[in-house]
Formats: sequence, structure tokens, C-alpha cells
Amino acid sequence: MKNIKIKIDNIEVIVPEGTTILEAAKKVNINIPHLCYHPDQAIKANCRLCVVDVSGSRKLTAACSSFVYEGMEVHTNTKKVRDMQKGILELILANHDQDCLKCLRNGNCELQALCQRFNISKTNLVDTVDALPLDDTNPSLIRDSAKCVKCNRCVDACQKVQEVHVLTHSHRSVHYNITPAYEMPLEQTFCVFCGQCAAVCPVGAIVEKDDTAKVWDAIYDPKKHVIVQVAPAVRVALGDAFNLPKGTIVTGKMVAALRRLGFDKIFDTNFTADLTIMEEGNELIQRLTKGGTLPMITSCSPGWINFIEGRYDHLLAHLSSCKSPQQMFGALSKSYYPEMAGMDPKNVYTVSIMPCTAKKYEAQRPEMMTNGVAEVDAVLTTRELARMIQSAGIDFVALEEDQFDNPFGIGTGAGAIFGATGGVMEAALRTAYEVITGKGLPSLNFTEVRGLSGIKESIVLIDDMELKVAVAHGLGNAKILLKQIEKGESPYAFIEIMACPGGCIGGGGQPIKSTRDVKEKRIEAIYKIDEDLPLRKSHKNPDILKLYDNYLGEPLGHKSHQLLHTHYHSRGMKYNFSELPNHK
Amino acid sequence: MSKTVAIITENFGQYDPGSIHSYLSIGGFSAVKKALTMSSAEIIEMTKKAAVKGRGGAAYDTGRKWAQAASVPGEDKVVICNADEGEPCTFKDRSILSKDPFRLIEGMIIAGYTVGAKNGYIYLREEYRHLRPLIRNAIDESLSNGFLGDNILNTGFSFQIHLYSGAGAYVCGEGSTLIESIEGKSGRPRIKPPFIKECGLFQLPTLVNNVETLAIAAAFIQHGVEEYLSHGTSGSPGTKIISLAGNIKNPGAYEIPFGLTLREIIYDIGGGIPDGHELKLFQLGGASGKIGPASIVDTPYTYEDLAKEGLVVGSGGILVVDDRTRVIDFVKSIQDFFIHESCGKCTPCREGNRQIAKIIDRFVEGSQRPDDLQTAERFANIMSNCAFCGLGETAQSTLLSAIKHFPQEFGLTEVAENEKH
Repeated sequence: MKNIKIKIDNIEVIVPEGTTILEAAKKVNINIPHLCYHPDQAIKANCRLCVVDVSGSRKLTAACSSFVYEGMEVHTNTKKVRDMQKGILELILANHDQDCLKCLRNGNCELQALCQRFNISKTNLVDTVDALPLDDTNPSLIRDSAKCVKCNRCVDACQKVQEVHVLTHSHRSVHYNITPAYEMPLEQTFCVFCGQCAAVCPVGAIVEKDDTAKVWDAIYDPKKHVIVQVAPAVRVALGDAFNLPKGTIVTGKMVAALRRLGFDKIFDTNFTADLTIMEEGNELIQRLTKGGTLPMITSCSPGWINFIEGRYDHLLAHLSSCKSPQQMFGALSKSYYPEMAGMDPKNVYTVSIMPCTAKKYEAQRPEMMTNGVAEVDAVLTTRELARMIQSAGIDFVALEEDQFDNPFGIGTGAGAIFGATGGVMEAALRTAYEVITGKGLPSLNFTEVRGLSGIKESIVLIDDMELKVAVAHGLGNAKILLKQIEKGESPYAFIEIMACPGGCIGGGGQPIKSTRDVKEKRIEAIYKIDEDLPLRKSHKNPDILKLYDNYLGEPLGHKSHQLLHTHYHSRGMKYNFSELPNHK
Repeated sequence: MSKTVAIITENFGQYDPGSIHSYLSIGGFSAVKKALTMSSAEIIEMTKKAAVKGRGGAAYDTGRKWAQAASVPGEDKVVICNADEGEPCTFKDRSILSKDPFRLIEGMIIAGYTVGAKNGYIYLREEYRHLRPLIRNAIDESLSNGFLGDNILNTGFSFQIHLYSGAGAYVCGEGSTLIESIEGKSGRPRIKPPFIKECGLFQLPTLVNNVETLAIAAAFIQHGVEEYLSHGTSGSPGTKIISLAGNIKNPGAYEIPFGLTLREIIYDIGGGIPDGHELKLFQLGGASGKIGPASIVDTPYTYEDLAKEGLVVGSGGILVVDDRTRVIDFVKSIQDFFIHESCGKCTPCREGNRQIAKIIDRFVEGSQRPDDLQTAERFANIMSNCAFCGLGETAQSTLLSAIKHFPQEFGLTEVAENEKH
């Protein structure tokens, strides 16, 4: 590709043709202010904060949407540019709820950082905020229009990445808003609660529903035995909140922090990820050998479950009946665990630390009950855990490493890689191959299903059976595979689908700024954990084998069926048009 | 009172616009017949010679636009007739649409032939829905008489025209927004590049022309450019349909040669101000145009003379305001319009209009604060420099020109005004 030479603030920079001014400026360490620009998204150019002065141009130019040309001279720091950028910032601020101390994004807000940069505290504009009412009726996400800066990043995530098409813009001019159609609350739409909107929001307009207070209350309640499970993807992302290099593995420090927070037992969801493989792997074998709906599709990702239940409910038979690792853990925590410890299941309070906002929704599904109690009592995202650690005054980085507790403390490498796209597939293949053939795998690494390409596929030879498998992450990609199934053209036997781009390491509950680069580092870390573990196959996990021997019997057995499997349902149309809110 | 001319409007009242037979009886479709014997290059050459500037408001050279559209590669191209005449006090396109729809169809066929398009779209503003049956009929009759459809007049050229209505948003008059609207999306402007000439409606190369521009093309193809060029000035040759409205005795759409003074237009053609009132100001080119004070009423109506006064021809609207109106009330009416019509997409336009409206409201009530005017000017400049599209860029033209020409009505003394410069 042709290279273009330009000057930005009199600094020469050479970039490939097709580079924007904003990206070119980054190359010479100039950070042009912006809000709607996101490195992983399409150009929007609507916030206009990135305006710069291009020599020969009458007006200012938006740096995010203007491409470089040979000989271009850009000035990013003139009085005019700064005055205009500052003015635009004042305009945004004047219609933004500035109650920053109460905001979950306080200290981690792009608008706040810009205001600091421009030294804005007060404007002479009238700042009465016109906004839609708060939407906080669902268990996962809170939308606060009063904080929305209308950057459209969430719309991009919802429409272009996830293709869920719930968030859109409505009305125009001063009534312009980002909202579901008819301004319905998310709960009454086909929102899948993946939280990808919250993950890209520059401010606090869409955030996870904060459940930390609930968890603190349980910890402080002397009657409660509070146990916690941590999902595989949390340990490679939590460090972001404490300014550790992206992709740092913080498993030991994380366990130590959880112990200091006061949890009675600290367990590993990797253990029930292994359990999921035992059940799901055997379910696949059963469908392949005894007949059953194929392709079988994984059911670990609750955002994905919400999607198929809402939009592709005619394909529900393809879903594995397995509960997700979170709910398998929850089921055991209210059955096996209290029985072993001689406790009343009602006194066990089970907390999950998840990279995911949809897990909050999943935990509240009415089916997810065992022994008359909710399997999981509270779900915290990685972000909420970070806040609890900060709130407790724990110096996370300085903590000495600690270890998970038994009996749910051992996870294999197969459980660990659940956190990355392709991981469930790879883990399942490791087990299915050996269970069917009775032979050891020549190589444990199924590299074809790894990485960030949208859809990955592979052919695995198991004895004389050719197993064609596919992996999709991000619901837009999932749709492509679903449409093949609809047309009867799917060549696959087994499909892994994760709602979020990158899999759980890119979940909607992960630390903010999980860009593509960051996701790559986390995936690297996940496979490092796998490589470094002595056990890398779920069916070789000694505690899993013990669990079957002592309690469950066998995979797909009666007890397993009762505790570890479920039915998925159509979500149906939830709009009630007679109850539409009044319109302006 | 023979200061008006009839070139673009020559057919007005000469035939029944509801009947192609009536149109054919006055020599209708001779422009198309002639054009189809010419080459694309010859038509472009003629268009360049006529030096017609786009009549939607942007005043882009039509010959150049057609040449670009013709040179863009593509088997399937689109011609759009922008009939979303949304500027307040602008209704000159309506006069063509209602009195001479067949000439517009001719203009579109010629444009389609010239640039190599297969389909044409008329995007009619929602408020002109009463004209839909008339235009629908003109399309249908043209089709059934072989002027549209496959192999027009056995020349091998095929062209269809489709009629679309907007949903009532002013911003849809902007080319890329109009295209979004035809595609069924909400009316918000697109990012450029890609430019619509290369990637427009349904991602096809697209030419967008105003109603009047297309009608002129049909006129000079039919009669040759000489007659058209015999009017006007050297800098602004030809004629223009203006919409004359406001505090004026004879409001209406008139075709005039470029070069008449505003005084001739307002007093000789428009009959002057009613009830013995005095001219105070006028606004040219619709709500996004600047206002001019009565003191410059002798300026000739040409692109170049108006530009010297900071004014534009724009859409051809001329709104006359007399001494009964407070400038601030006039500014408020324009501000109300933009508060209604901003699409809300970009910050400067959405939030700038919101804040400036609050300030203007305080001026209207007389409760303005000492720094209000300075704040309004500051944010008006931010809008004109930083907004996403032309709507936001020009929304504050009225306010800024009003402050310039009528500082005393904003509480500024002449001395203070001088100190500012």
C-alpha cells in the first residue's frame, strides 16, 4: 500500500494510505480528544471533539473521519482548535448528569478525563439535563439517559457486532436519544444482556447492575456461609483494574484478595468447566452414536442462550441441555457441598465472579433452582470485584499468592481455556477423542479453533469418524452459522458459540477498554495457563472423577440430569404495545 | 412589470399538467427526443456552456457534476431528483412540480441518459403529498407512451422513474440523508467518503439534482443554450425561479433573469411592502441563509454581488420582513425551526441549538444575562466550524448576521460594536 507523508503539528509522519488523521497522530504520540471514536468500531464522527485544523480548509476537520493525503498539514493544538474542542466539551457537559461521585464510572470515565484535560469545571451554559427515565428493571444492566453523550458506540456494538438490534436512536434534535424501539425498558426487548454496550460506553450511561452491596451484606451476615466461584476469564483481566500489564495472570493474588474480603471458601469455576465437558462431551458422543439433533451447540454463554431463545427459538433442539459452568457450580453448591459439610443449603450463599453481565440474568432464571433455593445468589462482574477490592483498601499488586479451596479447587487446562473463544470446543475434543477412541491424543492443541477470526472451523478424525466442527464468537457471527442450520446446509456436528467477541475474555463485565489488542493478550494468557498446568484434560481431573464416584454416578446419569441439565425455552415477544410509554 | 421571464417556466399554464397528450400538443418531449440523438459528451458540453449552478442551494456547477457522474464506472447508476424542498419560504420547485411535471420527467430522462443511469428516483417532500397523484400520473403516462421503460423511443436506452416520499425532515434535502431516507433509514447524513457520486443509493453511483436544475436542462436542450444565456450577467448567466414571501404584496414564485436588484424584485415584481410599512430586512436562500438589512436593497441578485454582502442565492427564497418585526423575534422563529429540524446526530448541532435557543428565549423576554450574547456567538461559531453537515454549519447564519446588522436590537451600542473589531 502507498505511504503518505504528512505533518502533524510540524512533526513529519509517514503512514499508509487510508489512515485517518486521528490514527496518524497516535503514531507521533498525539492523542487528539475523542468520545465517539473506538478503535474496534466503524467511524461515526458525531461527537466532533476531534476537530483539528487542516491547512487550506475553511472549517475545522474531524480527525477520526478524515483520511490523510500527501502533503497534508494538520494542527491539533492551535488556539482555535482548543477553543472549539473545549466548547464542544462544554456542550456535552451541559446536558450530562454531573453527579460523578455516585457514578460507577467515576475515575474511569472518558468524559471526566477530557474535562480534566481541558480544565473544565463550570460553564456559563444552563445545565438542566433533558433525559428519558432510568432503565433499571432488569438484573444485568442499567441505562441512564441523563449520562448518555449520544456517541453511538453502544449502538454499533448492539447492531454491527452483535446484530441484536435492540439499541438504536430515536427522535431528532434535542429529543435525540439512544434507546430500544418505543423507549421500552431492556427487559421487555430481545436484549441478550451481553453487556457489550456497557463495555464500550465512554461514560456511565450503560453500566452493570451493581450487586456489591448485596455481597457485602452476605459476608457480614454471621449466619451465612459465603462461598465464591471465579470464572476462567476473570484471572487474566482483573489485573487491568490495578494497572498491571494487559493479560497478566493474577490467579493467586485474586484468590488472596477474595480471602481478605471475607469469603468463607474460594472455588474455581474451572472445576465445573471440566464437569461441563464431562456432561457435554458425553451428550455429543450420545447424539453422534445413538442419534440426536445435530449439530449440537454449546450452552455455556447466557448471552447466546438469550439470543437463541429470543430470535432463533425454532433451533432450540440444537442446544446442549447442559447448564453453564456457573450454574453447575451453583447446583453443586446447594446440594453436594452442603451435604458433605452437613449444612442447610439455605445457609450457603453462593457468589460468582464472572466476566459477564448476562450471568446476572442467568442466575435469576426460575429454572436455576436446586433444593428449593437459587443456585447462585449473587453474580459480580470482574469490574465489581475490582471495586470491592479497592473499597476494602487491599493493595492488590502487593498481595502474596494464595490457592483455591477444595473440593472445587482443581481445574484442568481444559477448564481454563473456556475463557477464550474456541476453548470449549478444544476442551470437548480433548475429552471426546480419548473417550471414544480410548487412545491418547497425539497433540492436545487444536489451534485451528483458536484466535479472533469470526468463524473458525476444523475437521477432527476420531477413529474412522470425521467430525466437522465450528466456533463462532460475537452474535453477528453466530447468525451466519444459524442461518446455515436453518437452510439445512450446516456441515457441522458440533458448534461452539460465545455471545461476546473473543469469548468470555471479551465479556461485557470485563474491565473497561477491552479492545481487540487487549483481548489478544488475554487469550495468550489463557493458553499459557493451560500449557503450564499438569492436567489439561477434563476427564483426568481427579476431583471430577471423585465427584462422579461419590455422588453423581456417571455422566448423563440420573443425578447429573437432575442437577446439571436444564431446558431452554422460547422467550417470546415481550412488547406490549398497549403499554407503550407516552411520546413527546 | 415585464421584469420576469419565461424560460424554465415557459410551459406554466400552457398545458394540462395531468395529461401527457396536452403536453405533447405543445411540443412536449422534444427535449428528450433531441437529447437521445446526442452523445453523452455533447450534452455535458452543452450543460457546461449553460453554466447552470445547482439550484438546491449549494450552487455546484451542474456540467461538472454530470461529467463526474458520467465518468464514474458502473453498469447500474441512479439519478435522484431532489424534490425535498424544505427551506422555509421556498416553493419554487413546487411551481414546477405542480405546473410542469412532464418537463421534470424530461430532465430526469436526459440526466439518466447522459450519466448512464438505469433508474431515477423522485424524492418528494412529505408536505407535497398532495402532488403525488399528479407526479405519479406523469410517470405512468410517460411510461405508457414509451418515454420511460425499456428501449425508450427505440434508442436502446432504458430508464425507470420511481416516486418516493420523505417523512417530513428538513435535513433529508441533503443528498446523503435523502439517500438514507429512500433506503428506509432515519434521515441522518452519511460520512464522506465514500462520496455519493461513487457509492450512493443502494451503494450505486448516484447523481442528485434539484427539480429546477433538471427542468433547466430540459429547457436548454430543447431550445439550445443561446436563448437561456441571453439573460443574466456575465458572472451569473441565465434565469432563476425565486420564491418571494413574507411582508410583501404579491408573494409567489417568479422566474427572473439574474442581475435584477433586490429592490426591483421586492418592489417591482413583489409590489412592495403592504400597509405602508418600511422594509427592514430580507433573508435569502431559506432559513440557513443570512439576513441583509434594507440598506443593501440595491444589490443586484447575482451569485457574485450577493457574495460581496455575505449573502447567497441558495434555494432562491427571498423572505421580506418589514419594520413591524423585532429582529430577535425573527431570529427566534428561525431558531425554533432548527431546534425542530436538527437530526441530533452531532454534538455541535444538537447541543449548540439547545443552548443557543435558551439564550434567544431570554433575549425575547428581555431577561438576558450580561455574557449571553458572547456565549451565543461563541457556540454559533463552533457550530459553523465543527458540525457534521451543512444544516449545523449554517443553522446560526441568521443569528450571526442579525447581530452584525442589528447590534442595537441585541443591546449592543455602535461603540461597543466598533470596539469588537
